[in-house]
Amino acid sequence: MTSLIGRVRKFGDNTDTDTIAPSSILYLPMSELMKHTFEPVFPEFYRTVRQGDVIVAGNNFGCGSSREQATAVMKELGIQYIVCESMARIYYRNCIALGLYPIMSKGVSLVFEEGDEIKIDTEKGMLENVNTKRFTNFKPLSIVPQQIVDCGGILSLLKAITDKENK
Amino acid sequence: MTIVTLIEKILARACGSAKVCPDEFVVAKIDCAMMPESFRMIPELLTRAGIDAKTFTVWDTERFVVFIDHQVPPTSVNRAESQKLSREFATKLHIKYFYDIFCGVGHQVMMEKGHVKPGQLIVGADSHTTTYGALNAAATGIGASEMAYVIKTGELWFKVPETIRFELNGRLGDFVFPKDIMLYIAGKYGTEVAQYKAIEWGGPVVDDLTLDGRMTMANMSVELGAKFGVFRADSKTMDFLRITTDRSFQPVDSDSDATYGDKFFIDASEIEPQIAAPHSVGNVRSVSAMKGTSIDQAVIASCCDGRMEDLRIAAKLLRAKKVHPKVRFYIAPASWKIYKQALNEGILRIFLDSGVLVENPSCGLCTGYQGILAKGERCIAAIPRNFKGRLGSPDAEIFLASPATVASSAIRGKIVDPREEGM
Repeated sequence: MTSLIGRVRKFGDNTDTDTIAPSSILYLPMSELMKHTFEPVFPEFYRTVRQGDVIVAGNNFGCGSSREQATAVMKELGIQYIVCESMARIYYRNCIALGLYPIMSKGVSLVFEEGDEIKIDTEKGMLENVNTKRFTNFKPLSIVPQQIVDCGGILSLLKAITDKENK
Repeated sequence: MTIVTLIEKILARACGSAKVCPDEFVVAKIDCAMMPESFRMIPELLTRAGIDAKTFTVWDTERFVVFIDHQVPPTSVNRAESQKLSREFATKLHIKYFYDIFCGVGHQVMMEKGHVKPGQLIVGADSHTTTYGALNAAATGIGASEMAYVIKTGELWFKVPETIRFELNGRLGDFVFPKDIMLYIAGKYGTEVAQYKAIEWGGPVVDDLTLDGRMTMANMSVELGAKFGVFRADSKTMDFLRITTDRSFQPVDSDSDATYGDKFFIDASEIEPQIAAPHSVGNVRSVSAMKGTSIDQAVIASCCDGRMEDLRIAAKLLRAKKVHPKVRFYIAPASWKIYKQALNEGILRIFLDSGVLVENPSCGLCTGYQGILAKGERCIAAIPRNFKGRLGSPDAEIFLASPATVASSAIRGKIVDPREEGM
């Protein structure tokens, strides 16, 4: 499936990983950790998040620490895509590594508001605001990261290697 | 003829190519990998992926280094269990270089113990891995799952970054430090100026800096978005490495006419002591604009600001003075080596006499595991980040500054200009 619709959850610039997954709860199991997602800036997030939601954020999303929990928690919460103006490098890598498709599109924060419906086409690189009918586009992933996302993340590649060894 | 930057040379060597170009995807062999306490996540990640953790092996035990450094000593049963798990799994994997709680912040120890050498490609499961760029290594942070892949295979995919060069000319003023340079750049050019790019640091100001200062700059390169933040190796680098390693290595330098994505020329004489106000590293003003802001806590610590040079300037300012009675001042040397040297130089004595609470080396004061802030409190800190909630309550405020500005402010109980206090 290359096209789908989700509800927009809107964030601003420089949403850092301390904000997404505060260090004080990093050692909790994921089932607990997920309840604190975005807590310092959006304490209501966990109570209002729905399976299939899409994050739409500003510049430098996921800046800061390399903590993978800040990316893993998105998958646990059922976030389908993270769309942003720009994404911090390690967060971008963590998305690829966990099989979560990162989308970067300049100007995207101007096209979507909290609660809007977003239609995403990863083949054409199109984002549509279903409510306002406004469009914007993005550059689909390059082949190397795309292949890792397609197989479900880097640990699937690792599993293939260890399976082969253990045969 | 090849005209390339030093980062391109390191990546080309690591992936076995004659040459690589920016935006090219490569699979490179990793010269060394480091993992802090998040090492405890590896068995669980493997199990969840259907990989048998019991038969899992390390590609090369000479090249993989593990630390217990973030929560030392542990402050909850959860954390104690995590560290126990790390120790047990390290034993199972026959990890040769396992640095337990008696060593210090991983990044500092990596350099002190000779795990970092010029020309190497290094990954760490921590964003501040960029610090090793001070020793002419291409070093960068990755997540835990990618690290699991590296532990087994010794390689990883990279997109070759464009290199941008920052050239620092002029002369740093009195009481202006490498920390101020980094905050100044974050304020002037933004925290994404180097997003996905490699920074090459150069110019006469950089040549004059000590390695401690270069480490601060390489460390904070990631706060500008950079994948790598590298310095060329010079006689100071060689002096440092002579003590830390007897292995051979090959320093790399850019070709003199290498192509850069961008070049920034900075007149260091113009830089004043800087403050990054809450809650972003890029929210920077000169100290004169922030003077008089009252503070409840002061911190000097971390892989960014806890080295000898940082402790020495703090001690110089604190000598025969007292920390303001309303301020809690915490200082943690970055490593046990630094801790002991500070003891030998009489620096710890000065700190204790002036009312500083000296903490053991660890990441705690920079990650919100120690010295937690209450709601409404203000902290001035020589650490790399001031994100909302990083040191405790999301309703607390963190102001970043150099160790000199932090120490001067701790004495006065408010943000002050170290140039006025230190003369």
